[in-house]
Amino acid sequence: MQDWLFVVPLLPLTSAITLLLFAGRLSPIMVAMLGVGSMGLAALLTLAIGLEFFANDAVAYQQVLFNWLPIAGASLNAGLHLDQLSIVMMGVITGVGWMIHWYAAAYMYTDKDVQRFFVYMNLFVFAMLMLVLGDSLILLYLGWEGVGLCSFLLIGFWQHEPNNVAAAKKAFIVTRVGDTAMMLGLLILFSEFGSLHINTIVTSSLVVDPSNLWLACILLVGGAVGKSAQLPLQTWLPDAMAGPTPVSALIHAATMVTAGVYLIARMHPLFLQVEGILNIVAWIGALTLVLAGLAALAQSDIKRILAYSTMSQIGYMFLGLGALAFDGAIFHLMTHAFFKALLFLTAGSIILKMHHQQDIFKMGGLFRSLPMTSTFLLIGLLALVAFPGSSGFFSKEAILVATYEAHTAGPLLWWMGVLGAFLTSLYSFRLLFIVCFGPANHHLEEGDYAPSSQLVVALLPLVTLAALGGFISLDFSQVFGPATHPHLPLWIEWMPVAVAVVGFALAWVFYFPRSNLHSQPSHGALQNFCRDGLGFDWLYDWVFTKPLQLFARVNKSDVVDHFYHFVGWFNFSLNEVLVISQNGKVRWYLYGTLAGCALMLGGLVWWS
Amino acid sequence: MVVVNMELLSLLIFLPLLCGAVAWFAEKKLRGSGNWITLFSLTGLLLLSFYLGSLGDSSLSWSWFARFNIHFALLFDGLALLMVVLTLALAILAVAVSWREIEQHRGFFHFNLLFSVAGIIGVFLAADLFLFFVFWEVMLIPMTALILIWGHEKRRYAAIKFFIFTQASSLLMLVAIIALALEHQTQTGFLSFSLAELQILGFAPKTEYWLMLGFFIAFAVKLPMVPLHSWLPDAHTQAPTAGSVLLAGILLKTGAYGLIRIVLPLFPNATMEFAPIAVTLGVLSIIYGALMAYSQTDFKRLVAYSSISHMGFVLLALFSWQEVALQGAILTIVAHGISSAALFSMAGMIQHRIHSREIGSMGGMWASAPKMATITLIFVMAGIGMPGMANFNGELFTLLGSYQVFPTHTIIAALGIIGSAVYGLHLFQRAFQGPTNIDISDLRMRELVYTSLLVVALFYFGLQPHIILDLSADTLSSLLSIAKEAKP
Repeated sequence: MQDWLFVVPLLPLTSAITLLLFAGRLSPIMVAMLGVGSMGLAALLTLAIGLEFFANDAVAYQQVLFNWLPIAGASLNAGLHLDQLSIVMMGVITGVGWMIHWYAAAYMYTDKDVQRFFVYMNLFVFAMLMLVLGDSLILLYLGWEGVGLCSFLLIGFWQHEPNNVAAAKKAFIVTRVGDTAMMLGLLILFSEFGSLHINTIVTSSLVVDPSNLWLACILLVGGAVGKSAQLPLQTWLPDAMAGPTPVSALIHAATMVTAGVYLIARMHPLFLQVEGILNIVAWIGALTLVLAGLAALAQSDIKRILAYSTMSQIGYMFLGLGALAFDGAIFHLMTHAFFKALLFLTAGSIILKMHHQQDIFKMGGLFRSLPMTSTFLLIGLLALVAFPGSSGFFSKEAILVATYEAHTAGPLLWWMGVLGAFLTSLYSFRLLFIVCFGPANHHLEEGDYAPSSQLVVALLPLVTLAALGGFISLDFSQVFGPATHPHLPLWIEWMPVAVAVVGFALAWVFYFPRSNLHSQPSHGALQNFCRDGLGFDWLYDWVFTKPLQLFARVNKSDVVDHFYHFVGWFNFSLNEVLVISQNGKVRWYLYGTLAGCALMLGGLVWWS
Repeated sequence: MVVVNMELLSLLIFLPLLCGAVAWFAEKKLRGSGNWITLFSLTGLLLLSFYLGSLGDSSLSWSWFARFNIHFALLFDGLALLMVVLTLALAILAVAVSWREIEQHRGFFHFNLLFSVAGIIGVFLAADLFLFFVFWEVMLIPMTALILIWGHEKRRYAAIKFFIFTQASSLLMLVAIIALALEHQTQTGFLSFSLAELQILGFAPKTEYWLMLGFFIAFAVKLPMVPLHSWLPDAHTQAPTAGSVLLAGILLKTGAYGLIRIVLPLFPNATMEFAPIAVTLGVLSIIYGALMAYSQTDFKRLVAYSSISHMGFVLLALFSWQEVALQGAILTIVAHGISSAALFSMAGMIQHRIHSREIGSMGGMWASAPKMATITLIFVMAGIGMPGMANFNGELFTLLGSYQVFPTHTIIAALGIIGSAVYGLHLFQRAFQGPTNIDISDLRMRELVYTSLLVVALFYFGLQPHIILDLSADTLSSLLSIAKEAKP
């Protein structure tokens, strides 16, 4: 079965190419069958491969595809690498991806560009699979750029809207900044290790200059923060919500944005060799999770709340990576994929029912009108706030416990994680209360409430996984080494739950819509500051965008060309001046000749 | 070396001249026949070059001006084959894009097209510096004519500018060539223009440096390198589509080719000494080209500046003189040849439809022309270095190699990766996304066929770059053995 590994990415790729070649000639039902069917096959195949893989004692498996880059002295094959880490990533991508594709088929069915949509979605899955399966950093980079491209295309899917187009561009360019950092990291790694094959690098016994290695690692982190929307390259993610909601679920919650986490986990042996680098990773995660939590609290757009929440949860994963809990980080990556996909898809169902209304203050009272969807939302949110027993609980706990103990993290970062848990609870229940309780702030007919079955079918597996996914036991011992089980005082283990309860209580007090007054967003200066993403957009606008635009305006005609224009002008002028002397008057010529002779004689006398 | 095929080899140069004359004549008799004759002759030449390539390296040498020991000497090796095939393939593209575009003097147009192809192939094959110079001039004149006669609104200005820049710089080259021949006379007792014979000369450091500069400037103008680039945006913008395709696709590469064939092997020590300056200028070209590309609102002008940026990578790679970097230079030459020609032909199709090149007057064209939009997107993505497509390999190899030698320069050059994304998306989104400004007709079958072939080529060379590298391996390894002996 493992020989079929290459078929898994090939399935969505084939589907994407087929859909592209027959653009406009397939009926929506054919499109959905191809787009979703290929994903289903990929997911089932992944399952089969995974079962055999674990039955085989999880022995890592390589598959060479073809000779790709004949770099002098370090020829590089395109090859796939299957191990405990990549099989879990594959499972998440194909499994959750399948559900989201299924949902999307129903969600986008009436869109006239549904075929184009599935081209991008399938292509995205292909690229994401290459990212996690690639055995070299270059193949990983191919997937890395590929998912970036698909993200760009899907954010700007409804491309007649200037806002969507701008958001797509922003996402691509901001992540491209990170990608460039990563590319520089690859250059350093290549010059140090003479190879770009991941296994060769991480198992290398070469003695490497630690400062170069530090630089390489920090540049890889640069790439990771770009893709994973962490500080300081996080600004693109909230705007990326311009894409259709299934896209937000698949790309900007479940899979692509976690690529940075995967990258660091994949390259962790390098990070372990460098003093202080994991500490930086932990700090990035901790700062992001708190700041994003604050920003989430100030949003009124349901998708933006979830976007900031994603950012914050990936902050936890970074914290986990920084605290040496690589397995915990990947575990949280998986559970997060379950519950965040669920949250986005339920949000999508709500948005669809509300006729594309995304403002939570225009919803309200949905528990009565949409009981099933609201229950799903509740389950997702409970997993998000790490309600004991839910999937998010186990993974977040694993990260926080490790954080407290790790020498690269410690109690201060743990407290920040706890603060993040409090903020998570606060914004989650704020969302729940405002959307599902209180009076209805919308005008929908009774008929609008009929549940659409395809949407629900795709959600059920996700609901199950969000609720119970924490009981899946993942074994990463061959990748990250044997798991450790630290024993800490009980209060440390229960603190995150306690603050979550406090968050719930405060949300109840502040945000629960009382029956007699409509809930309204508040508009303090601090509130606005948080809502606008804590000033980063403003800063980058002034530091990068505006100077660039100024340069473009001022120098459009190319200053270098002015020099050549001057040369041309000078010659023409000289010509005009000399033409004056050629006036046909013999007397002038005579004077000229005499003056010339006098000048020459004078010069001769002078110099001799 | 196979010497039997010498007559055949010369056909690569004389056949396009002959067919050009035939096409000119035939078009007068029968309207539309010029297109077909040009197409068939180029296809025939392509097959011929494949045949010659399959026989291995070949060469030819006829005495020409015996008094000065000047030969009509050609050398056809792997690298030359690569360049000739690229030339012919893009020339076919040039014919295809101008199938309906050219209205006046169609016969003369094809004559000029084939004439410049002959000149370009000559440049790639010449093994004698005097002959090289002759071909260098031969390709210039028909190209100027193409711009001057069939160009757009400011064609006179652009053509004269192009001519003056190239002419002035090639004058320096001529001086350097003559000086080289004389130097050969002082050292060995007889004049020689042969590339192979000149390679054994040793120079006083100062002499070598000046001679190298003479060639370098001529090639840097063609490449083009900032600050000698300003002829290019005008020439590309004003040229007819076929002219832009040839200019961007091949003519710029003659500069890089000259550096590989002449400057590096003939003046290794001076090149090493000059490398920091050349590499700095290369990086400057990358960054400045990218910034200027972003500043443009004219489709073709934007692509023209992006060419400057990309060719900066070639300069960086060549003067790093490191194995992987040299591979990168070759890959970039081919990849950029295809991708820029592709973008220019797309620009031509758009201009033909809406009579404007301003991206401000485009917008939302995806709605009416989805095929065109998709293929343009692929071209743009190739240009901005999407892995899996040809250009990425070139950039990657260049950066990997030059980082070993010039790390700081390379890090700045890598910023070009961001820059290319900024201008690439700027171009694509302004033209094809956003509110619909204008409706245009989608690609016709003929257009779809050749743009799809370009797409296939970009992916093919992206995934199988070894074909390019195998062809150029001999040239590169000889360059590297020269580098080992060089002392800056």
